[in-house]
Amino acid sequence: MGTRDCGHICGESSPGIGEAGKTGEWRDSRPVIDEDRCTPARKNKPACFLCWLYCPEAVMSKTIPVRIDMEYCKGCGICAQVCPVHAIAMIEEGRFTA
Amino acid sequence: MPVRWFSEARPYEIRWHGRGGQGAVTAAKTLAQAAHLNGYRGATASPSFGAERRGAPVSASTRISPEPILVVSQIEAPDVVVVLDQTLLRDSDVISGLRNGGWLVVNSAQTPGQLGIEGEFNVATADATGICRELGLIVSGLIVVNTAMLGAIARVSELVELASIDEVIRNRFSNRSAELNLAAVEKTYRTTVIERRP
Amino acid sequence: MIDGNRAAALGAKLSRVQVVAAYPITPQTPVTEALSEFVERGELQAQYVNVESEHSALAVCSSASLVGARTFTATSSHGLAYMHEMLHWVAGTRLPVVLACVNRAIGAPWNVLNDQQDSMSQRDTGWIQMYARNNQEILDLVIQAYSIAEKACLPVMVCYDGYVLSHTEMPVGVPSQDAVDRFLPPYKPHTILDPGSPRNYNLVTLANPRVNAEGVLCHGYMEIRYLLQEAMEKSKETIADVGREFSDLFGRSYVKLLWEDRMQDAEIAIVAMGSLAMEATVAADALRRDGLRVGVIGLRVFRPFPGRDVAGALGRCRLVVVFDKSISYGNEGATCTEIKAALYGSGANTAVHNFIVGLGGRDVKARELADAVKKTLSLVEGGALNNESAEWICEI
Repeated sequence: MGTRDCGHICGESSPGIGEAGKTGEWRDSRPVIDEDRCTPARKNKPACFLCWLYCPEAVMSKTIPVRIDMEYCKGCGICAQVCPVHAIAMIEEGRFTA
Repeated sequence: MPVRWFSEARPYEIRWHGRGGQGAVTAAKTLAQAAHLNGYRGATASPSFGAERRGAPVSASTRISPEPILVVSQIEAPDVVVVLDQTLLRDSDVISGLRNGGWLVVNSAQTPGQLGIEGEFNVATADATGICRELGLIVSGLIVVNTAMLGAIARVSELVELASIDEVIRNRFSNRSAELNLAAVEKTYRTTVIERRP
Repeated sequence: MIDGNRAAALGAKLSRVQVVAAYPITPQTPVTEALSEFVERGELQAQYVNVESEHSALAVCSSASLVGARTFTATSSHGLAYMHEMLHWVAGTRLPVVLACVNRAIGAPWNVLNDQQDSMSQRDTGWIQMYARNNQEILDLVIQAYSIAEKACLPVMVCYDGYVLSHTEMPVGVPSQDAVDRFLPPYKPHTILDPGSPRNYNLVTLANPRVNAEGVLCHGYMEIRYLLQEAMEKSKETIADVGREFSDLFGRSYVKLLWEDRMQDAEIAIVAMGSLAMEATVAADALRRDGLRVGVIGLRVFRPFPGRDVAGALGRCRLVVVFDKSISYGNEGATCTEIKAALYGSGANTAVHNFIVGLGGRDVKARELADAVKKTLSLVEGGALNNESAEWICEI
């Protein structure tokens, strides 16, 4: 079976988790949250969430504590850059065991 | 109905010479529209192609034929050359290619003989500038002679009836302006001086 | 009595375009002026979007088309060159944008006059290209272009010679709005950007097909390109069907993708595109008076190329003389290459010779076309035709 059955005549997609593949495979470093510093975790209040706002892949949860979907996190590091309390560190993937 | 008998399988060709702003292009279009109203199936009007500047010599062309016109290249051998500005006659390009037996029609207060132009073609003069000045056909300080000259063309070419020219002018201009232009066409038609050369 | 630019603007108006975005350039400017006046006076219910460049003009048309609007733009020469990237985007997204290209030479050196180098240089962008012979065809082809574009999901470029047609007034029959409405129903988009059902267009598409989030196998880049080529091929039929429908309704014949004059008994054919095809009929008249059986082929549609029709029409001729108003540098006129390719393998034994004419507004007279044909014929009869390169009619 070929691709004709998808019915598209140009490049198109509908928004959905994993529409662009398992992008977590692209990651060479991983964001790690220090919950002693992260504002929502430390204050136990729904506050800040700048990482959720800025994440281009929508893998940060707007929860207490914040969770990261590693299946799709590309490891771009934007969350670490925007975190006002420097609670997120980018750690090389090689330092984690599978 | 066409009033002129076409003996050859080619369009009748008129080339207009004037200065930018004198309305040579408008006149070329008006004549073509009048001819079309008059029953000719073929009528085209073009400016000289490219940029134009006020005061610089410009040309335009009109083709008229009982049959649809298929020729789009520029006119080489016109049946009529119309000159809106007498000073342009100093340039020999103005009459280049004019057919033997054709017409040179000049906006001038002089008679054809006084112009002193040699050639195997007929010459007509019409004092369009004088007529238009008298009628007050002046726009932005310029005497607008282009429509008046249509009267002279109608007279020498016997190609288009005055009534068709009138109709185009009435469509193109507002009431007062139309009346002035019509009066100018009429008077120029009557007072055009003709010199036929054998 | 209207000029070519007005014919194009009226065609767009009668097609009830909804979005117009264009940037003025000689000799196209009067098209933009006419359309902005139509909108300003309320005669055309459309949005006229002022843009700062041709690239943006086509970007606006592309976006507007994607949300379901019927769109129109027009340009010439350097403007079309500046649109080059967007031409690919529009075709790749399969949007039925219609563009009027007022054919003008391209620099260097500067020139504002007519030839067809601008649109011929955009040959491979995936746009249907049609060339009008006269002002009536400009108006008719713009209206047909919307029907073709929307049925084939392909953009259409309606090309016409700058000045020679754009600034020349000639009699044109203008159909009534009612008649055009019957011919051209409102645009129904194949895909539409809609907040209620969000979609992405033109995402990064990798070499190989991929399975999307819903588990459906979707095209890779190459499959999308294949579909564009397939649509171009199929559009030959669409163009003919739309032409037939138009002919039936309006009484002007557009049945074939090419236009033929006295080809039934022709031994010699002249091939040209645009207004030159009309002038060529006058050359054929003269040659017929000299006893030569000459016919004319005008290529109304250049992309998709009507190869089979061309081979059918020219196969019986012993000589075909192709006049190009553009040059594919390092080879020959592009239409000549196509004519040769169409004849190859058709079993025809036809000599083909190419002339490059009329670049940068150089006037081309019927007499010159006739002389070129006679000269070529005497070379063929003397066995001395050098077919290796195109001949230029210029004074070098």
